[in-house]
Amino acid sequence: MFSFTEEQIRRYSRHIILPEVGGKGQRKLLSSRVLLVGMGGLGSPAALYLAAAGVGTLGLVDFDTVELSNLQRQVIHTTRDLGKPKVLSARQTIEAINPGVKVLEHRLRLSSANVMEIIGGYDLILDGTDNFSTRFLLNDACVLAGKVCVYGAVFRFEGQVSVFDPKQGPCYRCFVPEMPPPGSVPSCQEAGVLGVLPGTIGLLQATEAIKLLLGIGRPLIGRLLLFDALEMETHEVRIRKNPDCPACGQDARLEEPRDYAHACESFG
Amino acid sequence: MAVLVRIPIPLRRFVEGRPLVEAQGGTVSEVLGDLSLRYPGVHQRLYDGSGLRPFVNVYLNEEDIRFLAGEQTPVKDGDLISVVPAIAGG
Repeated sequence: MFSFTEEQIRRYSRHIILPEVGGKGQRKLLSSRVLLVGMGGLGSPAALYLAAAGVGTLGLVDFDTVELSNLQRQVIHTTRDLGKPKVLSARQTIEAINPGVKVLEHRLRLSSANVMEIIGGYDLILDGTDNFSTRFLLNDACVLAGKVCVYGAVFRFEGQVSVFDPKQGPCYRCFVPEMPPPGSVPSCQEAGVLGVLPGTIGLLQATEAIKLLLGIGRPLIGRLLLFDALEMETHEVRIRKNPDCPACGQDARLEEPRDYAHACESFG
Repeated sequence: MAVLVRIPIPLRRFVEGRPLVEAQGGTVSEVLGDLSLRYPGVHQRLYDGSGLRPFVNVYLNEEDIRFLAGEQTPVKDGDLISVVPAIAGG
């Protein structure tokens, strides 16, 4: 194991003095590689805190550029970044927070052709995507590769968080077996979301990610945390591993990831 | 049986904005049926031609009804049914 620099000891001192983290845990974080899929409402706050925490390598996946309507919630980007690729804008912010973090930009749309190669280079995946088709694709790939995925999703004033570890528990499709049919629901752009909500949910994801990397506490495996910002209430339900799951079930014939038709979501 | 049903935010406009609504029935199906009768508008969001929409999860207390007896799962006084639609925003 490497030894800390003076700067690292000072920067991470509030972690290192925690018995549950210590020097050993901080070294684990520094040698960890986390892939953030989506540099939007969920990925932005998660990336800020994972970078500050000293997660050594952060991979960022996003194809889009920063738009004005993003800035109400995507706090890693600033007004000066308008028009920049999100992965570049996020990288510059991360490097300003913690130059010790290595950032890998994946400016692309995740597809069946690239997903396995991209996730293969990381210890943990954080799902901050904004549509069902990418979530389905990413889940298939994580099941195939045996990668743990920290799930978060938001809609209007509500959020959901869970941890999908295909080796020990259910996967995303045990929870959402089928996509809402296209056209059954208004489009993402029409839906609206309270700006702080993905901040809350993205940071719950980051919390789970850090716990998993450190191997401490009780992760949300098999548990779905529901957050209602209007009532300011949380509750929890169980997600069981579905023996008939189309992705991880005993008869699932998943050999390679596939692309799913785009369906923009919402409900009501 | 009187059961509380937790209503997701997108459906609250059909139930006078309330997060929790009481409904009656001996099974999950009867409770959701009673809810739909009291609050027209809820039904078509929960059901399509062939039953409960697959992207709408229903939990009795903490448990997904798919792992109990589905909509035929019996309920008792004081139970909580949660309606949790799949969401994907980020």
